[in-house]
Amino acid sequence: MIDPTTLILMILSAATPILFAALGELIVERAGVLNLGVEGMMIAGALAGFAAAHASGSPALGFAVAAVAGAALSMIFGLLTQFLLTNQVATGLALTLFGLGLTALFGKPYEGVKAPSMGPGIFGLNWVVWLGLLMVPLLWWFLNRTRAGLVLRGIGENHHAAHALGHKVRTVRLLAIAFGGAMAGIGGAYISIATVLQWTEGMTAGAGWIALALVVFAGWRAFGVLAGAWLFGGVAVLQLRLQAAGVAVPVQLLAMAPYLATIVALVLISARRRGSAAPGSLGQIFHETS
Amino acid sequence: MWRLETRSEASLAWQIATPVLAVIATMLTGALLFGLMGYDPVAAIRTIFWDPLFGASAGYSRPQLLVKAGPLILIACGLAVGFRAGIWNIGAEGQYIMGGIAGAAVALAAYPAEGWWIFPAMVVAGAFGGWVWGMIPAVLRNWFGASEILVSLMLVYVAQKIAAWMAFGPMRNPEGFGMPGSRNLGQYPSAANPEMFPGTGIHWGVIAAAFAVFGVWVLMSRHIRGLQIRAAGEAPRAARFAGVAPAALVSFCLGLSGALAGMAGLFEAAGPAGQITDGFGSGYGFTAIIVAFLGRLHPVGIVLAGLLMALTYIGGDIAQLMLQMPAATVQVFQGMLLFYLLGFDLLTRYRIRRRVTA
Amino acid sequence: MSDNAIFRAEGLSKTYPGVKANDDISFTVKAGDIHALLGENGAGKSTLVKTIYGLVRPDEGRMWVAGQPHAPTSPSAARAAGVGMVFQHFSLFDAMTVAENIALGLDNPPPRRELSARIATLSEEYGLPLKPNRRIADLSAGERQRVEIIRALLGNPRLLIMDEPTSVLTPQEAEILFATLGKLAAQGTSILYISHKLEEIRAHCDRATILRGGRVIDDLDPRAHSARALAALMVGTEMRLVDRSGRKPGATLLEVRNLSLAPQSVEGTALKSVSLQVRAGEVLVIGGVAGNGQEELLSALSGEIASPPGTVFLEGLDLSRQGPQPRRAAGLLSAPEDRLGHAAVPGFSLTDNALLTAVVRKDLAPGGMIRHRAARDFTRQVIAQFDVRTPGPETAASALSGGNLQKFVIGREVLQAPRVLVVNQPTWGVDAGAAAAIRQALLNLAAAGAGVIVISQDLDELLELGDRFSALNEGRLSAPRDTEGLTLDEIGLLLGGAHGMEAAHVAA
Repeated sequence: MIDPTTLILMILSAATPILFAALGELIVERAGVLNLGVEGMMIAGALAGFAAAHASGSPALGFAVAAVAGAALSMIFGLLTQFLLTNQVATGLALTLFGLGLTALFGKPYEGVKAPSMGPGIFGLNWVVWLGLLMVPLLWWFLNRTRAGLVLRGIGENHHAAHALGHKVRTVRLLAIAFGGAMAGIGGAYISIATVLQWTEGMTAGAGWIALALVVFAGWRAFGVLAGAWLFGGVAVLQLRLQAAGVAVPVQLLAMAPYLATIVALVLISARRRGSAAPGSLGQIFHETS
Repeated sequence: MWRLETRSEASLAWQIATPVLAVIATMLTGALLFGLMGYDPVAAIRTIFWDPLFGASAGYSRPQLLVKAGPLILIACGLAVGFRAGIWNIGAEGQYIMGGIAGAAVALAAYPAEGWWIFPAMVVAGAFGGWVWGMIPAVLRNWFGASEILVSLMLVYVAQKIAAWMAFGPMRNPEGFGMPGSRNLGQYPSAANPEMFPGTGIHWGVIAAAFAVFGVWVLMSRHIRGLQIRAAGEAPRAARFAGVAPAALVSFCLGLSGALAGMAGLFEAAGPAGQITDGFGSGYGFTAIIVAFLGRLHPVGIVLAGLLMALTYIGGDIAQLMLQMPAATVQVFQGMLLFYLLGFDLLTRYRIRRRVTA
Repeated sequence: MSDNAIFRAEGLSKTYPGVKANDDISFTVKAGDIHALLGENGAGKSTLVKTIYGLVRPDEGRMWVAGQPHAPTSPSAARAAGVGMVFQHFSLFDAMTVAENIALGLDNPPPRRELSARIATLSEEYGLPLKPNRRIADLSAGERQRVEIIRALLGNPRLLIMDEPTSVLTPQEAEILFATLGKLAAQGTSILYISHKLEEIRAHCDRATILRGGRVIDDLDPRAHSARALAALMVGTEMRLVDRSGRKPGATLLEVRNLSLAPQSVEGTALKSVSLQVRAGEVLVIGGVAGNGQEELLSALSGEIASPPGTVFLEGLDLSRQGPQPRRAAGLLSAPEDRLGHAAVPGFSLTDNALLTAVVRKDLAPGGMIRHRAARDFTRQVIAQFDVRTPGPETAASALSGGNLQKFVIGREVLQAPRVLVVNQPTWGVDAGAAAAIRQALLNLAAAGAGVIVISQDLDELLELGDRFSALNEGRLSAPRDTEGLTLDEIGLLLGGAHGMEAAHVAA
C-alpha cells in the first residue's frame, strides 16, 4: 500500500515540529524552568516565519524570523518569571493564550496565501529536518560534555546550591528560555512553511502541548525526545494514512489519535518513573536574597 | 539598584489594587496597539469598554453581559478552588464541551416527549459529563502520577473531536437537510434554557453561577475543608500533616471544576447556543482561567472579573461590526490582561526597596 | 597585628530590614590556626561567612586575605583570592555525580579524567574516601560532607570556612573530621570553624571569636575557659537548667510493634521493624544522625504515612491505618522538624495554623463550619502561655522568628492536652532562651501524665530530657537504655559509629 522508504520520510517530516519544540523545552526544563507557553511560541513562529518567507520568497529567512519571533515572545515569559517572580504555570498559560490571540489578530492577511517552495532537499527531506536531527546529538553533547551544559543542569537541579557556588541562575535561565522560544518558533514555522504550506488560525493544534508531554516522556534526555518525536510522528502519519485509505471509522475519531497517544504515553512513563527524573528545581521560583 | 523584600503578609490593599492596575495597563497597551494598527485608539477602547453598557445599542448588549458572564463565572469558581490547592485543571474547555454533549444527549433521547423532569435530568447529565472528563486526569494523576496539566489539556482536543463527530454523526438533526449540528434545543420546550426575565439575560446558567459563587465562598472562607485546600496549595506537606489526603484532594478539585464546567456547557447548549455543532465550545473554558486569576481566586473577585471579560467579548463583537476590527482582538486583550496581572502581583508579595549602596 | 595573619576583618557591618546582622565586626585569623566563630542562632555568624565568601556585600568595613584587600563580588572572586567554603546546607546537586558536583564548584575544572585523578589523590591524602562516579543521592550525610571538603580543597584555599560541619556527624565521624582539619592546619591552611558546640571547640580550636547579636563579644583562647564560661559569653546570661522533677512512670500509652515501611521517595529511608513503648510520665528520646529515618518515624507516628495493621497502638487502640486527624482525636499528637512548610503553612496566620491541627480536639469547626472566635481565643492562649513574641494571632507564621514559631508549634500541640506527643528536633535553630522554655514545656507535659517522644540530633538535649534513650540508625531503632550513666562514646557507637569509616585513617 505504501513503500517503507516513503513512510519513513513522512514520519521524519511529521516529527520535525514537535522535535524542535520539545528539544527547546528540554533545555528550558533542564535549567529548572517550566514554560507552558510552547504552543503560543510555536504559533507565533508559524505566522512570523510564514509571513517572512512569503514576503521574501526565502524559506530560510522565514525560519530565521520564526526563531527570533519565538525567542522574543519567550522573553515576556522570561521577564515575568525571572524578574517579577510570577508563577510559571500561570505565566506559561498566559503566553499560550496571548500567542494564539496575537497570531489570530495579525494573521488575517495571510490566509489563503501559498508558501514559497522549500526546494528538493537531501534524500527527499529538506534541510530543516536534517537540522532537527543534528540538534539531538548536539544538545546531548552540550548537556553532558560541556562546562556550560553542566552549569545549566546544576542550576536546574538545585538553584540555591548553584547560586551559593557563584553561578548566575537568572542569566542562564533567561538564555535557556530564549533558546526554547527560538526552537519552538522554528518548529511552528515548519508546520506553516513546510507541511501545510499555508497559514490558518490555530494551526499548531496542540503540537506545543504534545512537545511538553514529550519532554516528560523522554525522561528529560535528548535522545529520548527523538524517540518520542518519531513515535508521535508515526501515530500522526498512520492516522492520516487510515483516513486516506477510507477506514470505516469517522474522520473525527481518527483525528484524536495523537492526543490519546500522548495521554497513553504520559501514563505509561509516569507510572514507571514517578517523576523522579525531573530536574530538582523544576518550576520553582528563585528569589535571590542578599 | 532596586531589590525585592518579601512581605510578611500579602498586602490586602495591593491585592485589590493590582487587578485594577492590570486593567488600566491593558487598556493603555491596547490603545497603543490599535494606534499602530491604524485604528483610532480612543474610539476602539470606547467601543470595547463603554459602548456595550451605555452606547447606542446598549439595550441589546446589556443583557448579553449576564449571558456571557454566567458560564465564565460558573467555570471559574470551580477552577479557583483547584488553583488554590495547586491543582491545575486547564482542560475546562473540554469538560464544558462534554457537559454540553451529555446534557444534549439526554434531551435528544427524550425528544419529542415533554415533561418537567427533562431539563433537570439534562443538568444532572451535563454535570456528570463534565465530572467524568475532569476525573480522567484526576485518576491518571492519582494512580500513575501523570501530569493533570497535560492530560486535561489533551482531553480538550479529544472533546473537540467528539463534538465534531457528534455534529456530523450520531447527533445530526435528521430534519436538518444534511447540515451538521444537532436539533435546536431552543425549539424543544422541555429542554430549552430560555431567558427567564425579558431584557435581563438571566437564564438557569446565571442562577447556577450565583449558587456556585455562594457555595465556593462558604467553602473557601467558612469551612475547614477550604482552609485545608488553601494549605495544600501553599505548603503540601503541612496540609498532609493536617490530615489532607492528596489523592482525595485531586479528585475533589478536578471533579468539582469538571462538574461546574460541564453544567456551564449544558446551559449553553440548551440556551444561547441551542445545539451541538462542529465548533461547540467557544473558548469559555480557557477564558475562565483568566477570570479565575483576575478575580484573585476569590468568588467576589470572580464575579467582577467575569463581568469584565463578558464586557470585552461583547465590546469585541461591536468593534468587529462597527470598526471592522478582527475578532481576535479580544483574545489578545485577555492574554495581555493576564500578563499584567501576574506581573503586578509582585507588589502584593514583595516590597520594592532601593538597595543601600556600600 | 602579626605578619602571619591570613585573614583580617575590620568594622564589617551589614543591615537587613529590621535587623543589624553584623555590627562593626573585627577579628583576625592566623596562618595554620583552627579559628572558631562561636555564637547562637541569629548571632550573625552566617551573614559574616557569606560576606567573606562573596555572597553578601557588607554595608561597611574592610577585609584582607594574606595582606591583600579582599572585597569579593562573587564566590568565584573569593575562591580566586584563596577562600574556600564548606556549606551546611544547599550546595550539592542530588541527581548529579560526585565529579560533576566538584566541577561545579571550581572555576576552571580540569578535564574529567584529570579531575577524577585529583579527587583520588586528595581523598587518599586526607583520609576522605570517595568514588567520583557515584550519585550524591546515594551518599550518606558524612560522605556528602567529604564531597564538599574535597571540592573546597581543590581550590587550594588559604582560608577554609566550615559551617557547622559536625551537625550531621556521629561523635566518631567528627573525630575523623578533626584529624583531617588538624592535618590541613599543620600544612598552613587556616580554618574558620563555625559552631555552637562548646566542647568540640575547646578540644580542637586554637582561637575563638564569640558573636552575640551581630557584635564581637570576645576574642579568646577557648582552651583557657570552661564550657560554662563560653556558654555564658555566647548567650549573655547563665544557662537556665531544666527542672526534671515531679514525674513518675505509669501505664504504657503508645506502643509500636515491628513497624517496617518502604522508603517514601528515592532519597527516603526505610524503617526496619521498629518497636518502642512510651509510658505515661516518661520522656523517650531517640538520637540519630540526620537522614537515618527520623522524618519517616515521625510521619509514621503522626499518621501522614499509614502503617501496616497491628503496628501502632495508643492505649490499646490500633491506629495503624488511621490518618493524622483520627490520631489527634485519639490523643496522639506530633510536631515535625520543619517549622515552615511542614508544621505550619508559612503564609497562613497563626490562627489558621492553629485551626489546621487543633480543629478536632478543640472542636473549632463543628460540622465543618469554622468557629473563628474560638480559634482566635485558642491561638491567643498559645501565644500567652508560651510567650510567643508576635503582634497578634493574625500575623503570618513566616513573619515570626524561628524560636517564636517553634514555641507556637510546640505550644499548639501541648495545649491540646495530648496523651502522647512526638516531636522531632524541637529546638533546632532556636535561641537558648526559647530552647530552654520548649524543653521545660515538654518535661512539664510528661509530669502531667502524658508520654513524650523527643527525636533529636542534639545529644546534649537528649541527655537533658530523656529517661530512656534509643538510637535510630539506617532505619533501625536500638533497644532503649536508661539515660542515667550513658556515656557519649556509647551513644556514638549506638548511632552507628563512624559509618564504615573505621578503615579509613589519616596519615599523620
